[in-house]
Amino acid sequence: MILPQLNAIWAVLAIPAVSAAILVVSPGYRTGARINTLAAFATLVCAGSLLVRRPPAGLYLQVDDLSVVFIVLNAFVGFTTSLFSASYIAHEIEIGRLTQARLRFYHAMYQVLMFGMNLALVSNNLGLMWVAIELATLTTVIMVGIYRTHEAVEAAWKYFILGSVGIALALFGTILVYVAARPVVGEGLQGMVWTVLIDKVAAFDPALLNLAFVFLLLGYGTKVGLAPLHAWLPDAHAEGPTPISAVLSGLLLNVALYAVLRFKMLLAANHAALAPGPLMVTLGLVSVVFAAFMLYRRRDIKRMFAYSSIEHMGIIVFAFGIGGPLANFAGLLHMTMHSLTKSAIFFTVGHITQVKGTQRIADIRGLTVTHPILGWTLVVGVMAICGLPPFGIFTSEFLIISSTMARDPFLALPLVAGLIIAFGALLLRLQGMAFGEPSPGTAPARASYLPMIAHFGLVLMAGVYLPPLITGWFQHVAKVLG
Amino acid sequence: MSSLSFDVAHLLAGGLVLVSFMLLYQARLSALINVFGLHALVLALSVGWQAYIQDAPHLYVTALLALVFKVVMIPAALHRIIKRLGIHREIESAVGVGPTMLAGIGLVALALVVMLRVTEDADRLAREDLAFALSVVLLGLLMMVTRRNALSLIIGFMSVENGLVLAATGAKGMPLVVEISVAFSVLIAFIVIGVFLFRIRERFETIDLEALDRFQETRE
Repeated sequence: MILPQLNAIWAVLAIPAVSAAILVVSPGYRTGARINTLAAFATLVCAGSLLVRRPPAGLYLQVDDLSVVFIVLNAFVGFTTSLFSASYIAHEIEIGRLTQARLRFYHAMYQVLMFGMNLALVSNNLGLMWVAIELATLTTVIMVGIYRTHEAVEAAWKYFILGSVGIALALFGTILVYVAARPVVGEGLQGMVWTVLIDKVAAFDPALLNLAFVFLLLGYGTKVGLAPLHAWLPDAHAEGPTPISAVLSGLLLNVALYAVLRFKMLLAANHAALAPGPLMVTLGLVSVVFAAFMLYRRRDIKRMFAYSSIEHMGIIVFAFGIGGPLANFAGLLHMTMHSLTKSAIFFTVGHITQVKGTQRIADIRGLTVTHPILGWTLVVGVMAICGLPPFGIFTSEFLIISSTMARDPFLALPLVAGLIIAFGALLLRLQGMAFGEPSPGTAPARASYLPMIAHFGLVLMAGVYLPPLITGWFQHVAKVLG
Repeated sequence: MSSLSFDVAHLLAGGLVLVSFMLLYQARLSALINVFGLHALVLALSVGWQAYIQDAPHLYVTALLALVFKVVMIPAALHRIIKRLGIHREIESAVGVGPTMLAGIGLVALALVVMLRVTEDADRLAREDLAFALSVVLLGLLMMVTRRNALSLIIGFMSVENGLVLAATGAKGMPLVVEISVAFSVLIAFIVIGVFLFRIRERFETIDLEALDRFQETRE
C-alpha cells in the first residue's frame, strides 16, 4: 500500500539515477542524447503527477505545496534543456571541441545533476538536503571544467573552492539547527526532519537559531550567487558548455534559494528569533545594484547574462525578504519567470556563439540580418528579462515594487534604480548585437527552436493572462511562506 | 557526565584547535601534509572518545573513517603528488606568519565569544565542543585565504571539514546520515580535486593559483 503511494516521489529520483547508470555504459552521443531527453521527459511526467496526487511525508522524503512548484519547474526546464543540449552538443562534436569519450560522462552527469536537484527538493531531512546540494554542486563543477581550456579549469576551480566553502558553512548552520532542536524534539533522526521541526520550532532556543541562520544564509547564499559571495558565478556560466549555463541559472540557483526559504520559514515560525527579512533584503539589494553596474563592463555575452542572473536572484531574495502574501507571491512568480526566460536566453546565446564562433560581444553584430530567428529571439529574450511588458517578468517586478512601496517606500528606490541601470546596460549591448552591419559567421544555424519558443510563449502568456488556477496555487504557497 | 570524560573530550577538541594553528605556519608542503595527518589523528581520537562517552557505536565508524582515510590515505596520496610535481619548495603565503597567527587568535576569541554566549542553555560539553569546532572552521578558512598554493588550499578545506565533523559528533545523537555524508563528501571532494590537480598541472606546469589569476587579468 505504501509503495504505490510513494511512486511519484521515488520516480523523480529513480529515473535520473537509473538513466545516469545506463548513460555511463551506453556508446555514442546520439544514443546518449536520446536517452537523456527521454529520461528528462519521463521525470517531467512524474513531477507533473505530483501536482495531482501527493504522497504523505516520510522520515526522509516529502513533497509539500512549496517544493512542488520547484520540482515541476525543475523537471520542465530540465527537459527543454536536454532538447537544446542535443543540438548544441552535436555541433560541438562536429567542430571537435568535445570528444565522444568526454560526452559519455556529460550525459550521465546531466542526469546525476537532475537527481541531486530533485533529491534536494523532495528531501524532508535537513542533512539529506545538504548532501543533495553538495552532490549537485560537485557535478556541475565537473561539467563546467569539461572543455579543459585554461579558463574552464580556472572557472571550475574557483567554483569548486567557493562552492565548498559555502556548503561547509551551510553544514555548520545545519548542525546548529539540530543542536537547537535537540532539547525539544529529542535525540536522533527526528531532530533533522523538516516536518517535525516546523511543528515544534516555536520552543527552540532563539539565539542558536539566529546564529544558525546567519551561517545558512551565507552558505546557501553563496550557491544562490548573492553579491559579496557571487565570484564563482560569472566564470562558471561563461566557461562551461551553454546547456550547463542554462541549468545553472535556471535551476541550481533556485534549489539553493529553496534551501534558504526553508530555513527562513523555520525562523519566521519562532517569534523570539530575529526576523530573517532585513538580512535577505540587504543581500538582495546589494546584489541587484552591484550586478546592475557590473553589467556595463561586460565584454563576454554569457558573462553578461550571468551578471543578469545575479541581479534577478537579488530581486527574488529581496521579495522574499520583504515577505507578506503579496511580495512572496511576486517572488515566486519572478523566480518561475526568471528560470524560464534566462534558460531560454542561454539556449539562444548558445546557438549564437556557435554560428559566430565567439563569445565576445564586440564580435557579434547584426544578428537580425544574418540569422533573423536567432536575432529576434534574442531581442525578445532581452526585452523579457529587462521587465518590459507584456512579459511575465514585468508583472512580477511590478508586484514586487508595488508591495515594497506599500511597506517601505525607501527600500523601493534602490531597487528601481538597480532595475533601470540594468535595463540600460542590457539594451545598450543588445543594440550592437542584434542590429547594424553583420559580423562574419553567416552560416545558417542548425538550432532547435522549440525549447526557446516554448519558454518565451509561457513567459508571454504569464504576462498577458495568468490562469486563476496558477494564481490560486501561488497565493496559497505565498501564505505558507509567511 | 564524569569530570574525567569531560576533561579528555575538552583536551582533544582543544588539541585540534592547536594543530590548526600549527597548520597556519607550516612553510614547506611536505611538513604541511604531515601536520594535516596529525590534525586528522586528533580528530579521530576525539570522535572515538565521543563515541565512548556518548555510548554511540556508530561514531566509531566515523572515527575509523577519519583514521583510515584522512590520517593514512590522503597524506600518502598528497605526498606522492608533490613528489611527482617536484614541489617541496616554500609556500608563498600572502600574509606573513605573525599577522596570520594574530588573526587566528582573534578568530578563536570570536568563535568562543559567539558560541558560548548563544549556547548558555545547552550542556557544557556540547557548547565547548561547538566553540572549538567553530574555531577550527574559522582557522581553516583563514588558511584558505592566506595561502596561494592550490595544495595548501585543499588542506585548508579539509581542516574545515574536520572542524565540521567535530561539531557534528559533539552534538549528541546527531543522525548518522550527516556523519556518513561528511566522510563521503570528503571522498568525492578529494577525487574532484585530484582530477583538477592533474588538469591544472597539465595545463599550467604549476599548481599555483597565481598562474590561474593571470588568465583572469589578461582576459578582461
